Amino acid sequence: MLKKNLQILFILFILIVGGVVFLIPFFWMLSTSLKSPGEVFIFPPVWIPQKFIWQNYLDIWKLVPFSRFFINSLLYSSIAVVGTLFSSSLAAFVFARMDFPYKNVIFLLYLATIMVPGAVTIIPLFILMRIFKWIDTYYALIVPSIFGSAYATFLLRQFFLTLPKELDDAALIDGCNPFWIYFYVTLPLSKPALSALGIFTWLGTWNEFLWPLIVINSPSKMPITAGIGYLQGAYSTRWPLLMAGTTIAVIPILFVFFIGQKYFIQGITLTGIKG
Amino acid sequence: MKGRKSLLWVLLFLLPNFLGFLLFQLGPILASLWLSFEKWDIMSPPIFVRLKNYIDLVSDPLFWQGLKATAYYTVIGVPIAVSLGLVVALLLNRKIKGLKLFRTMYFTPVVCSMVSVAVVWGWLYNRDFGLINSLLKGIGLSPLDWLGDERLAIPSLAIMGAWKTIGYNMVLFLAGLQGIPQQLYEAAEIDGATSWSKFRYITLPLLSPTFFFISITSIIGSFQVFDQVYIMTKGGPGNATRVYYFYLYENAFKFYRMGYASAMAYILLCVILLLTFVQIKFFERFVIYEVT
Repeated sequence: MLKKNLQILFILFILIVGGVVFLIPFFWMLSTSLKSPGEVFIFPPVWIPQKFIWQNYLDIWKLVPFSRFFINSLLYSSIAVVGTLFSSSLAAFVFARMDFPYKNVIFLLYLATIMVPGAVTIIPLFILMRIFKWIDTYYALIVPSIFGSAYATFLLRQFFLTLPKELDDAALIDGCNPFWIYFYVTLPLSKPALSALGIFTWLGTWNEFLWPLIVINSPSKMPITAGIGYLQGAYSTRWPLLMAGTTIAVIPILFVFFIGQKYFIQGITLTGIKG
Repeated sequence: MKGRKSLLWVLLFLLPNFLGFLLFQLGPILASLWLSFEKWDIMSPPIFVRLKNYIDLVSDPLFWQGLKATAYYTVIGVPIAVSLGLVVALLLNRKIKGLKLFRTMYFTPVVCSMVSVAVVWGWLYNRDFGLINSLLKGIGLSPLDWLGDERLAIPSLAIMGAWKTIGYNMVLFLAGLQGIPQQLYEAAEIDGATSWSKFRYITLPLLSPTFFFISITSIIGSFQVFDQVYIMTKGGPGNATRVYYFYLYENAFKFYRMGYASAMAYILLCVILLLTFVQIKFFERFVIYEVT
């Protein structure tokens, strides 16, 4: 038994050391963000600043339109989540539960596009935005993501297929039309899949960098990722300011993650293995 | 549900998603195939040039450099991320106090944006004042120019990329491990199996579907590395980190060579399909989906 306990202790030790090393980048970000400009360059490195310079946060908040970045990111990712859940779940219901001509052909087309890398679509999408005169407007960030994606539809279809069909039939006999079945039978039973898809859509949109980089030029319309890129271009060597800005950018994500951790973990196993 | 009335429902339900699919997914995929045979700078009308873009690419040293840098990034980053993800999952796959806390610790980098993470690591890797070099100096080693040295830049990026994905792989492996029936281990123990042989003959084979999934998605993701290069190195030093996707971006949105960049995109698609196919063939021989 002693040997077993020692083994557990050893594993715990490795996990703790590994975990601490793993989190050093975050700690260093936080620590640097509270340092005075001179303290950054001291050797040996200062782990905890002598005096916390909270002013860095105020300064960076004033130098770049951070609140705008936040509002934009929030707007952009919330609309993407609502749009994706709505459009993709409706389509997924049709693929899982109803019959229509060319259903398999259309579904195969959906499947075929899932593996296609973003590089293939991004150039025509950019050109499309130019044709619509949407470059440097919210439309370019919002519209392409509100109709859901082939992947989201596929994922939900797989989940809908696992639900018992008898419930639908019962509802049908009771005189429900397809929309009521979708709304009152399928959706309530699909909460785990919907929340997983919702979280990953939210995270993916919130963290997306390349698309805003291409279609947005004015800082006032940038989401937070593009804002950080902009910040880094403008204040590349003022480390405390830069780290304060990054800390501000990371905090909401971490907050959401700590609260909804269960769903994140569930979501990965659901979207990963089953998808 | 059948009949004409139900067809109306189908149309109504499918419309938003299908419209988006045509306009923003399938349409662009076809459009960029067409563009890859054109020469187009956006301003003047496109000119049909047949296969010229593809032929030019083959003799473009930066195209090959992009492929090489991307492959190098993948070869270093993916094995680290997969093996360490497995190690952490194996360590966590038991009844220990604080399991959730550890899982959170290792998972945190996954949820942060690559942009933020890249800014922080750019500072950690800083040649003169970065934490990593300070620590090296502290234990008497000479500092390294992590992002400024042509030989080190890609490995440095790959290590950061691995750090960010270990937690993701860990969660997938944990799910895989929890799906392995406990009786198998008990039976093996009765037969006197060592820990190693249990791992080798039970855990590894039964994790093969997870390996398969992680390997395919990691390589696809790794071949599209962009954000960290844009933030940390901009393709430098020299062309050392001018990875494929970054060069494609430059062609499209810096030099406005839309046709050329589209041809690059289609070659990337082929490379990804090929790599996935090879992996499917490889795993076909090893993957065990069910215990019989």
